[in-house]
Amino acid sequence: MLIAALLPLGLFIFPLWKITLEAPQYPTPLGMYIHINDFSDVHPHDIKNINLMNHYVGMKYIPESIPEFKIFPIAIIASSIIGLLIAFIGNYKWFLAWFILMVIMCSAGLYDFYLWEHNYGHDLDPKAIMKFTNPDGSVMGFQPPLFGSKNILNFRAHSYPQLGGLFLGFGILTSLLAYYIGKKIKKSSFKIG
Amino acid sequence: MKNILKSAVAILSILVAFTSCNNSSKSGGKSGALAGNVAEKVYVAPGEHDEFYAFISGGFSGQLSVYGLPSGRLFKVIPVFSQDAEKAYGYNEETKPMLNTSHGFVPWDDSHHPDISQTNGVIDGRWVFINGNNTPRIAKIDLSTFETTEIIEVPNSAGNHSSSFVTENTEYVVAGTRFSIPIPQKDMPIKDYKGNFKGALSFISVDPEHGHMDIKFQLIMPGFDYDLAHPGRGASHGWFFFSTYNSEEASTLLEVNASQNDKDFIAAVNWKKIEEYVNNGGGTMMPANYAHNVYDESTHTAKSTMKKEVLVVNPADVPGAVYLLPTPKSPHGCDVDPSGEYIVGNGKLSANLTVHSFTKMLNAIADKKIAGDAYGIPILNFEDVLAGVVEQPGLGPLHTEFDGKGNAYTTFFISSEVVKWKLGTWEVVDRQPCYYSVGHLMIPGGNSQKPFGKYVVAMNKITKDRYLPTGPEVTQSAQLYDISGEKMELLLDFPTVGEPHYAAGCPADLIKPRSKKIFKLEDNNHPYAAKSEADTKVVRDGNVVHIYMTTIRSHFAPDNIEGIKVGDKVYFHITNLEQDYDVPHGVSIIGANTSELLIMPGQTETFVWEPKQVGVWPFYCTDFCSALHQEMQGYVRVSPANSNTPLKWSLGEDIE
Repeated sequence: MLIAALLPLGLFIFPLWKITLEAPQYPTPLGMYIHINDFSDVHPHDIKNINLMNHYVGMKYIPESIPEFKIFPIAIIASSIIGLLIAFIGNYKWFLAWFILMVIMCSAGLYDFYLWEHNYGHDLDPKAIMKFTNPDGSVMGFQPPLFGSKNILNFRAHSYPQLGGLFLGFGILTSLLAYYIGKKIKKSSFKIG
Repeated sequence: MKNILKSAVAILSILVAFTSCNNSSKSGGKSGALAGNVAEKVYVAPGEHDEFYAFISGGFSGQLSVYGLPSGRLFKVIPVFSQDAEKAYGYNEETKPMLNTSHGFVPWDDSHHPDISQTNGVIDGRWVFINGNNTPRIAKIDLSTFETTEIIEVPNSAGNHSSSFVTENTEYVVAGTRFSIPIPQKDMPIKDYKGNFKGALSFISVDPEHGHMDIKFQLIMPGFDYDLAHPGRGASHGWFFFSTYNSEEASTLLEVNASQNDKDFIAAVNWKKIEEYVNNGGGTMMPANYAHNVYDESTHTAKSTMKKEVLVVNPADVPGAVYLLPTPKSPHGCDVDPSGEYIVGNGKLSANLTVHSFTKMLNAIADKKIAGDAYGIPILNFEDVLAGVVEQPGLGPLHTEFDGKGNAYTTFFISSEVVKWKLGTWEVVDRQPCYYSVGHLMIPGGNSQKPFGKYVVAMNKITKDRYLPTGPEVTQSAQLYDISGEKMELLLDFPTVGEPHYAAGCPADLIKPRSKKIFKLEDNNHPYAAKSEADTKVVRDGNVVHIYMTTIRSHFAPDNIEGIKVGDKVYFHITNLEQDYDVPHGVSIIGANTSELLIMPGQTETFVWEPKQVGVWPFYCTDFCSALHQEMQGYVRVSPANSNTPLKWSLGEDIE
C-alpha cells in the first residue's frame, strides 16, 4: 500500500499524457505533453506550431495554464498523504476505499479532460478561415481522441498516457492488490488464530 | 512441368541477351554511364540523403554552390561575393556591409577555392573558406547556417588566387597574391615592374572558438605570380607551399614572356618560424586600409570595420624561413599528399609531373646545398629535392588530389583527362577522358590527412555538345568518377552554377547534425526586431520612417499603414515570428528599388522603400508559405509630401 500511495507522485516528474499530430509536412510530428501542472512541447515550439495550424480551422490557442493545473497537484498530493496514512494505520478495507476514491478521481479527471478536448475541438471561431462540415451538414469538430488514434483532416492524432499516467495507474492497481493480499493475510491469520 | 522449363529457359536467354547488350555498349566506347549498374551507383532514392556534401565554387558567379554526392543534386547556392536578389544578400540593410571594401561597395567577385576547416589534420566541417579573386577577399561560411558570416579584405594583394587554404588545425587560412603590385601602391611606370613589384602572401589567423579572421602577417615576396598553394601536413605541418609562375617578372604579353624560364618555383614557407618571429616582435607595421566585415547571428546584422594597418615581414629578415624549389614549368597546382611527404608541382606547360620530397628538402637545407638566390631567398637544387617524375602522363597538368591509398589523381587540361598514378613508383595506372578541358578535381577530404577516396569530381571548363544547347552560353559541368576500384569509372555528368572552379567535400554526417533549423526568436537581438505582434509599431523621425513589422502564417502585422509621404525613406524591419522548420516568409512592395527579403524563422531583415508616387500601394509575401499565402498582403497609403495624414497602423480592423 505504501508503494501504491507513492507511485502517483511520479506525476510530478513524468508527463501524464501525450498528444501527437502526424502529417506529411511534419516528418517530425508535432506533439504536446500534458503534465499534472503544465502543458509542454515534445520538440521546441510544438505547441506554438499546433496553435498556428489550428487557427486555420478556428480552434482556440492551447492556454498557457488551466485551473486544473492548480487542482490536480493538490488532489494527487492529498490522495498520496491519505494513502500513506492508510498504509501505516489503516486496515486492508481502507485500501479498497482508497482504490475506489482514486478510480472516482481519475474518472472525474478523464471526464474533465474529455470536456476540455470536446470544447477545444468544437468551440470554433465563427470567423474561422476554413470551415468544414460533416456529411450530415453539421459543423466538423476537431476533437483529438481521448485515448487512441484518429484521423483529423490531414493529420493523424494520437493520444496516449505517458510514464506519469502509468505510475498513477500502477499505483491504483497496487492498492487493489494490497487489498487482496491484506484480505488473504487476514483470512489465514483467522485460521491460525 | 514442361511449361515451367520452357519459361525458365526463356527468362535465362533474355537475361543473357541483356548482359551481352551491356557488355557491347561498354566496349562500344561510350561512357558506360548508360549501364544499369552505373546508374544505380548515383541513384539516391526520393527522400534519401546523399553520402557527401560537395561545395563547388561558382567562379565568376561569385557564389558557392552545395551539391550532394553521388547524386549531383544541387541543394543551395550560398551567396558569398555577389549580391543575390533571391536571398536579399547584399540588398538588405543587414548584409550590405558584407560587400564593403576599401574600394567601396563591390557587388561581385570571382570565387575560386573553397576549403573546409580542419582539426588535427582532418576535416571538421565547421566552416568553408573561399577567396574572392578580383578584389582580394577571404570569406568564411558557417556550415551550421550555410551563410557567409565573415569577409576580410586582403591588402597589398591583387588577384587573390593562391588562396584560401587552411592549415592542419585551421590556425591560418592562407591567401597569396596572383598579381604582384607596388607595395605600398604608388603611381609608377608599369615597365619598371621587375624588382619593384612585390607579391604578398597573407597568413590570416582563425580564432578556434568563433572563427574570426585577422591578418597575422604578410610575407612580402619577389614580384612573381603566386598561383596556388597547399599546407604541409603530418611531418611537414608548419610549412606552406606556393606555386609560382612569371619568375621572369614580365609585365606584358605574359603568355609568351612568362613562359620563357625552364623552371619556375615552388616557394616553401616555414610559417611556424615566421609566426615565432612576429610573436617576438618581428616584422613592420605598415599603414593599410582594408575592410573586415562580420555578420552577427544574434543581431542578424553585419558590421564593416576599416582596418588601418598590417604587419609585413621581409623574408630576408627571417633566415631559413623561405626556400625556392625549382619546378618546371609555370606550375599551377601545388599539392601535398596525405602523409605530407610529397609536394606535387603540376607544371602546366611541362610534359612531366614533378614531385618534390619534403624529407629531401630538409636534408638539402641541412646540408646547405644552395644553388643560388632570388632577391636574397635561397634556391635549392632541383635534383636535391626531387622525389620523382611521372613521365609523360598527359598534357597540361593542373591539379592533383589523393585517395589516401597511395594513389594520386591529376587533371590534364589540354589532353582533357584525369590520370591516376601511384605515389612512390610514379607509374600511370589509369586514365579517363573528361568532357571537356578539365580544370580542378576534388576527392572529399582531399586537402587533409584523411581523404575519403570513393569518388573524384572533375570540373570542366567547356561542355560544347554534352547537354541540350542553350544558345551561345552553355552550362559548365562536373563529372563524377568512382575511384573505389583499380580503374576509374565515369558515373555521372552534371551541370553546375557559374564556373565550377574548385571544390571541397566531406561526409554529410560531419555537417548534417549541426545544421540549424530555425533561429530562436528569444535570441534575436536585432535593434529593430518586433518579437511579438504587440511590439509592432511605426515610428517617424523626420522623413525617415521605421516600420517594425512581423510575419506569421498567414499575415503581416500591421498590414494597413497610413501617414507615409512621398519623399519619405521607409525602413521595413520584418521579423519572422515563426519557430517552425522551413517556414520562411518573403516580402516586397511595389516600386521598391531593391530585392525582396527572404526571412528565416526568428530572423529580422530590413529593406528600404522610398515611395515616389501618391497612392495606396500593396505589399505581399513572396514565399509560398502556407495555404493562405495568397491572402498574406497589406497596403501602405502614401500621401503628398506636404499632407497631414496622421501616422497610423493596424491589423484586422479598419484604421479609425
